[in-house]
Amino acid sequence: MPLDRSFVGRQFPPTAPYQVCREKIREFATAIGADDPAYHDPEAARARGYPDVIAPPTFPTVVTMAASRQLIDDPALGMDYSRVVHGDQRFAYTRPVVAGDELVCTTTVEEITERGGHEFLTTRTEVTTPDGQPVVTAWSKLVVRG
Amino acid sequence: MSLRPGQELPGRTFRVTRADLVRYAGASGDFNPIHWSERFATSVGLPGVIAHGMFTMALAGRAVTGWAGSPDAVLDFSVRFSRPVPVPDDDAGTQVEVAGVVRSVDGDRAELEITATCGGQRVLTQARATVRVTPEASG
Repeated sequence: MPLDRSFVGRQFPPTAPYQVCREKIREFATAIGADDPAYHDPEAARARGYPDVIAPPTFPTVVTMAASRQLIDDPALGMDYSRVVHGDQRFAYTRPVVAGDELVCTTTVEEITERGGHEFLTTRTEVTTPDGQPVVTAWSKLVVRG
Repeated sequence: MSLRPGQELPGRTFRVTRADLVRYAGASGDFNPIHWSERFATSVGLPGVIAHGMFTMALAGRAVTGWAGSPDAVLDFSVRFSRPVPVPDDDAGTQVEVAGVVRSVDGDRAELEITATCGGQRVLTQARATVRVTPEASG
């Protein structure tokens, strides 16, 4: 079933704030084998000028993937998630994620295209603080294999 | 280390096992069964259990922050997942090799081009990072 093209340009309401805790950052850093002290030790992070441990560069995926369920789980979109693979990913950072952050995601469908029997869906998610201060922007392209 | 245009950055080799994928699934919240169930992965036409693309990107990110000399130096980071990384169900798992080259340096910013291969095949293409060049990295 083809993806509903009318989703292009649609922006979803901001998500409820995600509370970033120190232990989640440590768990994520450990899972990817990232042992820099700034990811694990608040003192090491403070020495770099941050209030608490900072997150590795791909950590925002924890928050943005959850937010993208707003879109992917919408039956009107028509996405068969069992046929989906991740195509592209980009992050543009204003600053690292820091333990204690509350992060709100606002996702927009940028593009839906088709090539070689596959469909491609690109989303942009603005990750901000609850008062709208930018933290990171994430672009994700999903491929629905034909 | 200093970063100069054209400079080749030291390659990194990362071992990836099934246990790593299970740990990453829990930490990231990505429980797609193609990353832990052989039965499910083969039923949707994959060669077997494959690594999360975002796990491969995270390994590339470790290389990038290492090259930049700072855990908070990454300003922009993008990849294309060009091939899956199959992870066999044994103790050895597989290996992802990450290499990089400095494309340009402009003031306190450096553009890096990243390659990642598994079994000699590129698993990331169009992989780039912009990093802030810290005093210890440029000194």
